Parts: sequence; C-alpha cells; structure tokens
Amino acid sequence: MSRTLTTLTGATGPLDTGGAIAAPPVWGSSGPWRDSLRQLVRNRAATACALLFVLIALACTLAPVYATHVAHTDPFRSNISGTTVVDGQNVQVLTQSITGLSLGVTPIGPTWDPGHYFLGADNQGRDVMARLLYGGRNSLFIGLISALLCCLIATVLGLVAGYRGGVVDGVLSRFFDVLWSVPVYLLAICLSVVLLTSGLHLGPISIDAGSLWVPIVIIGVVYVPYVARPLRGQVVALRNREFIQAAIGLGASDLRIMRRDVLPNIAPTVIVFLPLITAINMLTESALSFLSVGVQPPDASWGTIINDGLSLLYTRPAVALAPGIAIALTAIALNVFGDGVREALDPSARLRGGA
Amino acid sequence: MRRNLFRITTIAVAAAFAASACTTSGTPIPASSSALGAVTEYQAAHAGGTLTLLAKSAAGSLDPQVNYTLQYWQLYQSMYDGLLAFKKVGGQESFTVVPDLAAAMPQVSTDGKTYVFKLRAGIKFSDGRPVTVDDVVASFERIFKVSGPTAGTFYNGIVGAEACLATPASCSLSKGVVGDAAASTVTINLTAPDPEFTYKLAVPHASVLPKDSPATDAGIKPLPTTGPYMVASYDPNRALKLVRNPSFTEWSREAQPRTYPDEIDENFGLSVEAEVTAVQNGQADWVFDPPPADRLNELGTTYASQVHVSPLTAFWYLTLNTNLAPFNNLQARQAINWAVDRNALVRLYGGQNLAQPACTILPSGFPGHADSCDYTKGGGTTWSAADLDKAKQLVQASGTAGQEVGIVVQDDEVNKAIGEYLQSLLNDLGYKAKLKPLSANIQFTYIQNTNNKVQLALTSWYQDYPAASDFLNVLLSCASFRPGSDSSINIAGFCDKDIDAQMQAALSLAQTNPGQANQKWSDVDKAVMQKSPLVPVFNPKIIDFTSKRVGNYQFSKQFYMLVGQLWVK
Repeated sequence: MSRTLTTLTGATGPLDTGGAIAAPPVWGSSGPWRDSLRQLVRNRAATACALLFVLIALACTLAPVYATHVAHTDPFRSNISGTTVVDGQNVQVLTQSITGLSLGVTPIGPTWDPGHYFLGADNQGRDVMARLLYGGRNSLFIGLISALLCCLIATVLGLVAGYRGGVVDGVLSRFFDVLWSVPVYLLAICLSVVLLTSGLHLGPISIDAGSLWVPIVIIGVVYVPYVARPLRGQVVALRNREFIQAAIGLGASDLRIMRRDVLPNIAPTVIVFLPLITAINMLTESALSFLSVGVQPPDASWGTIINDGLSLLYTRPAVALAPGIAIALTAIALNVFGDGVREALDPSARLRGGA
Repeated sequence: MRRNLFRITTIAVAAAFAASACTTSGTPIPASSSALGAVTEYQAAHAGGTLTLLAKSAAGSLDPQVNYTLQYWQLYQSMYDGLLAFKKVGGQESFTVVPDLAAAMPQVSTDGKTYVFKLRAGIKFSDGRPVTVDDVVASFERIFKVSGPTAGTFYNGIVGAEACLATPASCSLSKGVVGDAAASTVTINLTAPDPEFTYKLAVPHASVLPKDSPATDAGIKPLPTTGPYMVASYDPNRALKLVRNPSFTEWSREAQPRTYPDEIDENFGLSVEAEVTAVQNGQADWVFDPPPADRLNELGTTYASQVHVSPLTAFWYLTLNTNLAPFNNLQARQAINWAVDRNALVRLYGGQNLAQPACTILPSGFPGHADSCDYTKGGGTTWSAADLDKAKQLVQASGTAGQEVGIVVQDDEVNKAIGEYLQSLLNDLGYKAKLKPLSANIQFTYIQNTNNKVQLALTSWYQDYPAASDFLNVLLSCASFRPGSDSSINIAGFCDKDIDAQMQAALSLAQTNPGQANQKWSDVDKAVMQKSPLVPVFNPKIIDFTSKRVGNYQFSKQFYMLVGQLWVK
C-alpha cells in the first residue's frame, strides 16, 4: 500500500514502504520531514548518540589544535630518543628495562596529563592521544565520504536498474550478485593490495598509492550492492504505481520521472542507510588499516593505531584499547542514531513501535 | 645466510682464488688451534627424555641439500654429516672446521686445487647401509641435480661444476670428485684454489646422503641420516619428530657428539605469544622465533635464569641504491650514514642488551674487523651519536632535497617500526619518503631486482662461515651485482673497480697469509664505508628462551644453540 504525500521537491507521489503495511496517516501541519525530525528528536537514545557522535567528530576535528597547542608534539614524527616531563622529572619516552637482564624497551604509559603524553606513547615515541585524534579524523572522514560515495553510486545504479528493467536491470543485477558473492573483506584486501602498489589511474581520475582516497574508493565500492539491491527493489515496486504510469502517460521523460518522482520516494531509505553504512565503512577501514592495507604510515587511523598497539599489548594496552573504545563508541552511536532515523522515516517501523 | 629465508644467490664468490687459509702444502690442514670451547665428556645420567621445540611454522623441505634456513640447519647438526664439520662446541671454537665423515683433515696439493679425503670406516646410514665412497661422490653430484641454493656459489669451483650448473639433470663430476673405493679416498679437484673451501664442505648443503637418494628435492620425505637422530615423521602443518638413529655410534666427539634427548619434537602452528607462554608454563622447552617485544622485559626479569642472550656475527643494514637518484650521489648517501641514529634503532630492536650499534660492515669479533667509524658525531672509532645537522648540510649540498625516496622493509613488527623511523628521518632531511612494507617471503628477492627500482631497503646478513669475504665480497663485489635478477645480492648495485681489486687481492692473500689478508679486509671495509653504499645499523644478538628443566645450554657461533646437547633430564 502507499499513501500520497508532498515530497521535498514538491512532487506528488507515494512514499513507498517496501511493500509493508503502511502506517496510518499522521500528518502534522508542518509536513512529513519535519514530522520525522520531531519523531527523531523525541527518541532520547538516538539523540544522545547523535550528540556523542558530534562530540567525537568535533574532538577529532580539533586534533591539530590539541597536538600543537596542548601536547606540543608532532604525532607523525618518530621520537625514539626523546624525553618528556612526568611529575616534574625528565624521563625517556621509551624506557630501557634496567631490571634483570635489562631486556626490552617500553614506551611511557598514560600520564593523564594532557600536556605530556596523556595516553602514553607508542613504539615510535609518538603521543598516542594526538594520534588518536588524528586517526579519528581519518577514520571518520573515510567512513563518511565512502558512505556518501557508496550511497551515491548505489542510488544511481539501483534507480537505473529498477526503472529501466530488462537488459539493463539484468546486467546491473548480475553485477551486484557478483560483487555480493565475494566476501567483502577479501575483495577489499585484494583491491587494496593492488591499488596500494600502483595507485589508481582511470582516465582523468588519478589517485596516488598512499592517498586516503584509495581506501575511500575501495570501501565505497565494495558495499554498493548492499545498498543498491534494496533500492532497486523499491524502484521496481514504484515503477508500476499509478502516479508513475500517469507521468509516463503525460509524456514525461524517463530522466525527469526518475529525478522528480522516483528519487524523492527512495530518498528516506538512502538517508536511513547513510549512518549505518558510515558505521560499517568505518569498521571496514579500521580492519583494513589494522591489516596494513588501509591508511598508510605516517598517516594514522584508529585501525593503524590498534595495529601499533598490538606489539605493546602486554606492557602498554592503552595504545590498542583507546582506538578500540573510540571505534566501538562511534559505531554504537551511528547504529543507534541510524535506527532512530529509520524509525522516524519508516512509517511501518513507527507502526510496529506504536508511534 | 638469512635467518629465516633461503638466500638464493648465484653470485660468483671466492672460488677463483688461493688454497685453504690453513693449508700447509702437501700436509693435512690443522683441525684446531684454539683452547676455547673445549669438548666436554658425555654425561649419561642426563640422557633420555623428549625435548619439545616450538616454531610458528615449518621451514619447508627436509632435504639438507635444499633447505637453507637456520631453523632446520640447527636440527641438521645432529642429523647429517659431511666430510668436514664445524666443531660442535660453544664459543669461538665453534668456527673451527674438523674432520667428520673424513678420517682426517684433507691433504691439499701445493697448488691448492686438489683435496684428498680418507673416508672414516664403520659409519652407517640410519637405514643400516654403510657410508661409502660412492655415496660421497653421488652426494656432490646431487647438490647440482637438485639445484641446491648454493650450488652456483659454494661449489661452482669443482671441476665439472659449470656443466652441472648448465644441465643439472645429467650432472657428472667424474673429474671433479673422484672416489677410490679400494683406498677409501675421495679426491676433489677445483678449477682454482679456494681458501674457503673447507668451510663450504662443513655446511649442511655438503651433507653425505645415500647414492640412491632422489635427484629431486626430497620435500617432506626424510632422507637417511648419519648423525644421532633421524626423522620419524614430518607434517609441515603440525610437527617434526626426530628419534634416535639406531645405527649411530659416536666417531668424533668434536664433529658429531652423542646427544642427550631420546626424542626431539618441533611443533608448529602457535603464535609467538603462545609459544613463549608454553615455555613459561613448562609445556615446551624452547622457542625458535624471536620473542615479541612486549614480552622481553618479563623474560629478562621473571624468567632471567631461562634466557640466554648471545651475540651474532651478523648485521642489519640499509642499502642505498648507488645507481638511482637520490643515492647515486655520494653526499646523499653519506648524509644517511650521518643521520641514522643507531641507538634509536637498537631501541626498536629490543634495547642495548639485544643489539650493538654498528659502524662497519664486518661485525665485531669477526675476522678482518677493526674498530672504525667515519660517521659518528665528534669522531671516534665506535659510533656514539648521529649528526643531523651535518646530514642536512650534505643533503642540501647534494641538491637532492625534495626528491621522493621509497623505503622497502619487511612487514613484521621490528622491520616496520624501523621503516617508520626511517620515513620520519628522511622527511626531516628534506626528502619525501614513502614506506613500502612487504611480506618477508618476497621482500628479500624484491629488493635485489633492479627492475623494482628500490632506492632504500632495510635488510640483514648472517654469516655462512667465518670469513670476511662472506660479507664484503658477497655483498659488495661487482660480480655480485646482476641487474634484472632476483639474485643480485649486491642490493646497493655498488661496483668500484679499485675496491674490487683490493678484495681480489685479499682473497689471494688468504691462502698464504691469513693475518695480512684480514688486515686487507679491514682496509676494504673502511674504503667501502667511505663510498657509503650501505648503512650498517646494528649487530643483533639472539635470545634463546628455554624451559626450567633444560640444562647444558651451549651456543655455537656457527649454528647457534646446540639442540642435541640440551638436557631435559
């Protein structure tokens, strides 16, 4: 079932619910989008998580300020023989063991002093807190941009496949099937290994091997079928609705119908996907970077910092734990927020929730 | 030799010169001259039990003429024998070559080209068959038939070797290795004198095997042994099990002493962390792999009595490609030597008790080594500090600032950490550095091939035998540079005709005056360092972590811990 509403673009058409039972019309005077926003704000968990995400993003954005003006450190420069101040005393950042056989060198642990290695140092003598913030910038940037890229490609392909049908749909759907049939991480690792060796050079597009755009493109592409397939299904259902048939009968062009009538009706689904895919992409980026096929040194991401901390698990667990906690918090925040967005935009969910 | 990898090189090393360093014309070569590392009496009370070793993974083929890894070479010491052997004792004396299957050191002709060995009587393979002259002759031919990794470098001086290298399957050394069954002698003829030939006969690739051994790599199928142990089973995914060879009776305590454990099991598949924990808990007796960095302090304190740290005749170094910008510029190369903080790299390796900063190519204590350091702040004969200001001046003077430099390292924890340090350092010097970590399986061959245009690489070299040429001539002679080949061990592509001539002179001198030859090698070392194709960074030490019950630990400088001499009872 469907119901008629006024879309953001002003077009009139049905808000598809993916074939589920439609919610009873609960219209306020301010329109469905504002109504959904109101619904979202009422969801305390989603609001709290959105706030948490904004705080994390803000802190990461201010990484250069922290590194330069608070910690006074360059988080991308090795400082193996350097010193710092703890409790007023000058100490080595990497301390040689002096007990027993004097084996091993241990980086300084958390000092809880923002000015001097708040979370301690890694095995290069670099400030973990500063790297955590810089790493967060990269992880969030890659997660968000690759999610946007993924949703953009998926929307275009899903729209074309669903609306045109026939051979076009067959070819695109098989492409999705093939891409979907390969395990995501395996595909991402294969692409990373190739692109990190020689970069990407496709006509006017040229990406250097060490560029952040390499993981962005890879992660953006591998999740396309996960978004495009449901979108295609929605478009196929919409294609046979009366208002689309009417538009066709009136002689509107395919492009206009897709842009003005179909796209606004699948937009809520894309919006719901965005935070969820951002969280998944961020996790994928962290996994690839942990495996050394994502962000390349000296750049940092939460995944690379966990990798750095792996060799210090016994002596300095904070190096691996801190980015792990940051990833977990961000992923939880995005998922809960994404669920909130889905509930706010999806009438059937509201119905199930008794809204 | 590389610690964990095959060294696949086909370089022409010292085979072209002089007779053995210890040769006395027409008389046997003296077997031993040092009083250190004395051979001890066998203590029957400690015999028996099972020694359990752990390694992350198996080391490939069991074939002693094919395998080129320290992991199995250590075990081969108590399994296979050649005509000669390095003395199985601890300390400096372990560099001494002694007769093994040969009854005595060889008679060497005055021209240094003919070696006559008398085969020891009464030795049997583990399948019960006696070792004969025919087995010895067939074993030398088999080195070429299986295309052994050192066939073209160690044994290419044998008469007929050229043809064997060209067509291994039909290899015949009828004029190069001649057996006389009646006299029980084997005569080896060389095309030219080789002062290091006795060393080359004492490594596992020259093991004597039954004459009917397959002419291809035996792989996981064990070949009969002559030493105290034979293989009972081998599954590269699970374990290697050695048991006593029923045909073995001790014939030379120096060359092949009786061993203590009844059985040696090497189990594969655990992570290094889990291996260390297993030894701590007494569930295993020794870990082959280097302990993880974050366990070192714990081992050095709580388990100090079970940890054995031994210096190695090896060095870690950076190669600077002398044929590619920016390091085709002498000042740019010297800048890197001035800039690298060896102490920082020692810290990344595990600290000052696990490595020593290096400033020369020949390791400390190695023949030909002399303390000298051209690149230390404030001068001196040993390295004390880096001089970054001087390095930056040299980079500016060279006009290479701003150029891109690729750094190729292995992708393990320590190598990658050093790579990140180098990237940071090169960026400080004004270059645009990119780090390229590669799997350990491919990095060593990748950096050798000039087609890969590697500008700077981190690698290491562990001695094959105690001769200066094994470092200088092998790593830096013009003959070792083979453009376009995966086997171009002169990774820096360094070829200086004057220095090459000095190396050849030192090789020649070795046959008549080893002392003077070593002096010449130290001059070569200094001359090479002035040209700066390499940056020696440190000489590593090895940690052997054994279980509480293990006793009688002995460290051979040649083949490291003597596994068969450990007590578990």
